[in-house]
Amino acid sequence: MVNFIQYLISGLSAGSLYALVALGVVLIYRSTRILNFAHGDMATMGTFFAFSLLSWRFPFYLALPLSLLFGALLAVVFYFSIIVPAQRRDATMLGQITLTVGLSMIFQGAIVYLWGTDSKMLSFPLSDTKTWQLGPIYLNELSVGTLIVGILGSVLLYLLIQKTRLGLAMKATSENLPAAQTLGIPTRTILATSWGLAALLGVVAGLFLAPALILDPFFMLEPFLKGFAGAILGGMNSLPGAIIGGLLIGIIENLCGGYISLEFKNTVPFIIIIIVLLFKHEGLLGKEFKERI
Amino acid sequence: MNLVESYKDDLKLIEKPWTGCWITMTVIALLLLPWFGSEHLIYMGTLIFIVSVGIMGQNILIGYTGQISLGQAGFLAIGAFSFGHMAQMGVPIGLALLGAGCMAAFFGVLVGFPSLRLKGPYLAIVTLGFGIAVYQTFASFEVLSGGRMGLVIPKFPALFGLSREASMYYFSLFLGIAFTLATYNLISSYMGRAFVAIRDNDIAAEVLGVNLTRYKLLSFAISSFYTGIHGAMFAMFMGFIDPQMFNFSESLIIFVAVVIGGLASVEGAIFGAAFVILVPQVFSGYKEFVPVIFGVTVIFIMIFEPLGLAGRWFKMRLYYRNWPFR
Repeated sequence: MVNFIQYLISGLSAGSLYALVALGVVLIYRSTRILNFAHGDMATMGTFFAFSLLSWRFPFYLALPLSLLFGALLAVVFYFSIIVPAQRRDATMLGQITLTVGLSMIFQGAIVYLWGTDSKMLSFPLSDTKTWQLGPIYLNELSVGTLIVGILGSVLLYLLIQKTRLGLAMKATSENLPAAQTLGIPTRTILATSWGLAALLGVVAGLFLAPALILDPFFMLEPFLKGFAGAILGGMNSLPGAIIGGLLIGIIENLCGGYISLEFKNTVPFIIIIIVLLFKHEGLLGKEFKERI
Repeated sequence: MNLVESYKDDLKLIEKPWTGCWITMTVIALLLLPWFGSEHLIYMGTLIFIVSVGIMGQNILIGYTGQISLGQAGFLAIGAFSFGHMAQMGVPIGLALLGAGCMAAFFGVLVGFPSLRLKGPYLAIVTLGFGIAVYQTFASFEVLSGGRMGLVIPKFPALFGLSREASMYYFSLFLGIAFTLATYNLISSYMGRAFVAIRDNDIAAEVLGVNLTRYKLLSFAISSFYTGIHGAMFAMFMGFIDPQMFNFSESLIIFVAVVIGGLASVEGAIFGAAFVILVPQVFSGYKEFVPVIFGVTVIFIMIFEPLGLAGRWFKMRLYYRNWPFR
């Protein structure tokens, strides 16, 4: 039982980061119908930017917002300079996915060129060696911080979408683009904001994952795929679904790692993806997509 | 670009005598290459023929049937490792190649089943997951991957008094030409038309009597058969394999080759293969820029020339054929 709770806690803390990644994927998917394969690499780019800032002796409270801004800026620039011209030329869905694949390759190359392939240590204010004991359960500082950040990010996003005019405009744009344009909503700015927000959430996840994993150019690949799995599990067009899906993926993965085998741990999310897609492909909270002929 | 008068005209592989002329010349030049070309040139040629088989297969799936797959490295690994194990057991090369292709095709059908219910991005994720799951399986089970040192595979034997490299070159040239012809015939058969119909509108295709289940699965099976052959040939060419060769970026490179070469075009597959092999060679001093070049090219192609290099090639030929009119 103690083990179970221990796995549950580490699963929740990993899952809250997957939830942030999943939120980014879903934000972009439901507003532009693009599956962003460059999401992980945008996050890696932001995390490496933070690494550089920290190694230039910037204080952490300054490096964090700057790197978030940097990640968001990258996404906005990508949206305006590549997605918009492509959409003007009536790019197909496959074409737009291909664009994000191309972007992810560019980012990978740029990261390897700028920072090298060797793994690095991000000097992070929270450490995972400092632990507290709560009865028989150990909590470390990093996983508690991660959990708090994950929940805080989700709540802030919820407030933004549900309670502000910007959120309303975002919902309108993703629901019906021509109608939103007719009503005078600056849809292009709104969509760019969605891209920026998504990248920002990704960078947050990257920053908090970097101390636990090792910071190298490909460290976001696996969390990104698990975030994907979370987004699918929850339903690709549902934001609460993304949070639940991400948390569930984290918990299931850690339980499998604990009770079955560690090698099995990384394959589980893909098995979940395939099962979900085969039997309930709209996800847990997604609405079923009906096609009009 | 030609006036097609009968169905027979439409099925013709070579439309103009001039086209036949330069194709024959190219083939003769390729046949003579080992006699005057340097060793490096033979190496590159062999690699391009091998890779173009895989890209053609992927093009059948993505370009003709419209099913996005991002897990091609998984099929590559399955083909390569099943060939490796069979070759170590002493199975003759031809049979082992066929076995590797069939093994990959079997897994292709398995991955194809989700494609019956999923479209577009969802399918891309499933195949992506498949590719990574295969990689992790091979990486964590040493029985399959041959341990830390990888699997050593007997190279292609020297035949007819030629050197080992030249024999391998001729063998892959032969396979490349055979698969090119097979692909051309496939896409102008009923099956190929069915694939295109599924890509353009699957519901309309089904209404017109195309059996969606059968043809989607067939498309997956054929494309992964090609990829399995590619993997097996690659394994034989390299002489040893380890799971690290078949990671996620390999899938991305295959995907990129299809897009750069040109979707739904057989020549495009060859161009794409040549592109992804030659660019890392040309920029061998700047290795970290290779993904950047791939990425930038893909984005440029998607925005400015959605038909890829094959589209550019077609326009060039059209220009010279109609010269001086335009």
